[in-house]
Amino acid sequence: MAIFSKEEAKKILEKVLSYSKADGCEANLNGSNGGNIRYARNSVSTAGESSDVTLAVQSYYGKKSGVATINEFDDASLEKVVRRAEELAQLAPENPEFVEPLTQQAYGESKTYVEATAKITPEYRAQAAANSINPAAAKDVTAAGYLEDSNNFTSMMNTKGLFAYNKSTGVTFTVTMRSNDGTGSGWVTRDYNDVTKLDTVEASNIAIDKALQSRNAKAIEPGKYTVILEPAASAELLRNMLFGMNARTADEGRSFMSKKGGGTKMGEKIMDERVTIYTDPWNVEVPASPWTGDGQARKKMDIIKNGVVSNLFYDRFWASKQNVAPVPFPGNAIMEGGTASVEDMIKDTKKGILVTRFWYIRSVDPQTQLYTGLTRDSTFFIENGKIKHPVKNFRFNESPVIMLNNLETLGKQVRVSVDGGPGGGANFLIPYMKLRDFTFTSLSDAV
Amino acid sequence: MKRRDFIQLAGMGAGAMMLPMPSFAHDVDPAYLLDPGMDVKQKKQLADVALNTAKSNGATYADVRIGRYLNQFVVTRENKVQNIRSTESFGLGIRVIANGTWGFASTNDLSPDGIKKTAERAVVIAKADSKFQKEPVKLAPVSNYGEVSWNTPIVKNGFEVPIKDKVDLLLKANAKAMEKGASFINSLIFLVNEQKYFASTEGSYIDQDIHRIWPNFNLTLIDRQSGGFKTRSAFSSPVGMGYEYMDGLASDKVQGPGGITLYNKSYDMVEDASMAAEQAKQMLTAKSVEPGKYDLMLEPSHLWLTIHESVGHPLELDRVLGYEANYAGTSFATLDKWKTKNFNYGSKAVNFLADKIQPGSLGAVGYDDEGVKTKKWELVKDGILVNYQAIRDQAYIIGEKESHGCCYSQSWRDVQFQRMANVSLAAGKTPLTPQQMVSGIEKGIYIVKDGSFSIDQQRYNFQFGGVLFFEIKNGKIEGMLKDVAYQSNTQEFWNSCVQVCDESDYRLNGAFNDGKGQPAQSNAVSHGSATARFNGVNVINTGRTI
Repeated sequence: MAIFSKEEAKKILEKVLSYSKADGCEANLNGSNGGNIRYARNSVSTAGESSDVTLAVQSYYGKKSGVATINEFDDASLEKVVRRAEELAQLAPENPEFVEPLTQQAYGESKTYVEATAKITPEYRAQAAANSINPAAAKDVTAAGYLEDSNNFTSMMNTKGLFAYNKSTGVTFTVTMRSNDGTGSGWVTRDYNDVTKLDTVEASNIAIDKALQSRNAKAIEPGKYTVILEPAASAELLRNMLFGMNARTADEGRSFMSKKGGGTKMGEKIMDERVTIYTDPWNVEVPASPWTGDGQARKKMDIIKNGVVSNLFYDRFWASKQNVAPVPFPGNAIMEGGTASVEDMIKDTKKGILVTRFWYIRSVDPQTQLYTGLTRDSTFFIENGKIKHPVKNFRFNESPVIMLNNLETLGKQVRVSVDGGPGGGANFLIPYMKLRDFTFTSLSDAV
Repeated sequence: MKRRDFIQLAGMGAGAMMLPMPSFAHDVDPAYLLDPGMDVKQKKQLADVALNTAKSNGATYADVRIGRYLNQFVVTRENKVQNIRSTESFGLGIRVIANGTWGFASTNDLSPDGIKKTAERAVVIAKADSKFQKEPVKLAPVSNYGEVSWNTPIVKNGFEVPIKDKVDLLLKANAKAMEKGASFINSLIFLVNEQKYFASTEGSYIDQDIHRIWPNFNLTLIDRQSGGFKTRSAFSSPVGMGYEYMDGLASDKVQGPGGITLYNKSYDMVEDASMAAEQAKQMLTAKSVEPGKYDLMLEPSHLWLTIHESVGHPLELDRVLGYEANYAGTSFATLDKWKTKNFNYGSKAVNFLADKIQPGSLGAVGYDDEGVKTKKWELVKDGILVNYQAIRDQAYIIGEKESHGCCYSQSWRDVQFQRMANVSLAAGKTPLTPQQMVSGIEKGIYIVKDGSFSIDQQRYNFQFGGVLFFEIKNGKIEGMLKDVAYQSNTQEFWNSCVQVCDESDYRLNGAFNDGKGQPAQSNAVSHGSATARFNGVNVINTGRTI
């Protein structure tokens, strides 16, 4: 029920628009089927499934608009929701930033749906939990993990003639393994559109190995270190930096992209020339919807090219005010990688730290993109080309802009979802990175 | 906190405000928020359908929550209304124990047939998961309260206040800020009403009407020449009150050191916006802090967040036991430390109370989401760790005979679990005002309002920023500082607490959106304190050049 085909969605949306008496109307019809399983203390704690379809109708009169939503689709309900949107629009104050809906756009073919993921069963989820719990118990380790999958559709239509439809699937798996002596912890994250790429046995075993290898970590002095960051460690910092590349806040002078004396850093080199980050909805590893929630077509586009700012994101209102073309917020981000393996990076490191992940990352100063956070779930000291021993966790204070200026080596790319969850997170393809002078400011006893 | 659970307001820029919105919420006419909703008698009938179906399918325990969750927010920037929304989310969640294992299912189909199917599904899930169950659920006893009700003691229902009045107030505050030199201001009023009906096989039928309100703004001042900007957030707090919080009574205004005005049980948004613009100018030109050890004087609008992260979270029993290991983390405050009965969480000046009944607080309810009558209890007494926050299926682990009554679910759709109660630092018993506290400090920093925050997954190491930082030299406030953050270790920090001001300085602050669980759920919680002093805390300088 929750997943309407393109034809079914189109039929409902056409019906909705047929009831419109306003200057214009735009309707979004979205639905999802999802399931999850959560486990901790080597035992399943909760499991569930959910499904919903929501129709949101926006009606407008001039620059006055109103939104109403409903999850019933008989004719009377459809008419009711349109009338309610119109009533709310009449009552609303004028919004000077209101932009009329788009006319039909040309969208590329989507790659976001995989049938196998849509067919995940409660038994599959239970087996994923067992794939963590059983090997953990056998090695005196305790597993806590979470698997969530979803099957979604999105569609929209407006009175200017635009219609768009997309289907997507996703599965996210994370597991934390803690050694039963309480001194070691390991973690992995996996995220795919295609569940056949997910190997919960392999992922669980990596986390178990890390838990065992990270036992009895030693304290070393905080300070500036060369670091090798696994892709999951740098993902959130990069996400935060990209989220800050909004043209409006840059133009307004309240962003790290604002320039001293006025203007923005568009076209300026702000980091190492080997840094290239782009978006591509058709990348097979991290496909994204070919259209945004307001119907703009997404395209392949550079964001940072050879260290230079290539694009800032303009919403339709700000683009019209600045007399430029809108630049929709990307649905994914891909950072170009290199050929070095982690082993190569370790071998070339005289003294450094290997980081599995960072956690509790929070903004300290938006002007410099300074963030603080901590290492978590396996951090290792490297000396003379070898991993010497696990180290206690560090707190860092670092800016992704400074970090990407201190680039040493790029490695293999890995898909990482930030703020995980199928359909909800932001998907990235990020390389392993070796960076110099990363700033650790204090030590933590946390395991 | 997962982003998809929030509506991020476009164009908010630095210090963007995030609004927690329940899933499955539908936009409605504002007038509909005053509709009384389903009759209690009908709710009882539907609840009985759920409980009877669960029992007849093999459940040994069942509870049902019929929830109507109403939200309204009005959002503006400078002289514009950005968004006005009124939403309703209505449905039912059934939790059961079968084969000694929890099962949960929810639906927004409130027909008897829809409810029966949902109850059956909850039992099926419980039985399926029981294959992996190693520790059968043990519930602490709870009284049968019969048919009872409770409501937040509000004076003015915010939904009765016309939207135009809310818009006018926000635009007036914005205009005042712009007139005083602000470059930008984003402001909002957010209202929540949870109408919750709970029934369980223990016999209670509980009807509750809970209200919360959160006015807020972020004001930004920009210096184009230097490329610098500073954001000053509102000195309001989210509270468990009605619209009377917006009255801004003179009797609720508090004059703090450094010439600042703070707010107690009601808030004057227009006045605060005006002050914020003035203070933002001082923030921009403030002296950059010299890193080192300082005596910190932490105002309640700042200290609440440090309490939340370093006391509230580590004393949640589910974290201590490992249920949150894969997400929010575990806790340094392990059971073996608690069992020694002499674990020094803090100095003798430190007393923490957990509380689900404090008037005006975000956590105040009559009964929790598993039908337990609420109360307050001690967590840390004279510096010693004495208790945790536990619910019915955890109480036996710490030798408690009853649940603490801190079980909560963010909506009918999500399963209830242990959530943080209001956790507050008791005021000092010796008369002491903040002004007197300043006079005793040689080299210190007075920090007002919460800012940046980060803490590790076992709650040892933390770093906090703030909004206003005043340098204290030889017993006097010298002027503002910038680039300030302090780093410490929870136990070391609370043991460095040497003074807490008296009851006359005690105020509540809090958060609308504390996140925990997978899938993530949001919880609203308050933390009270008076201004407190911490000696010799490590302060770092956060200034950078990019």
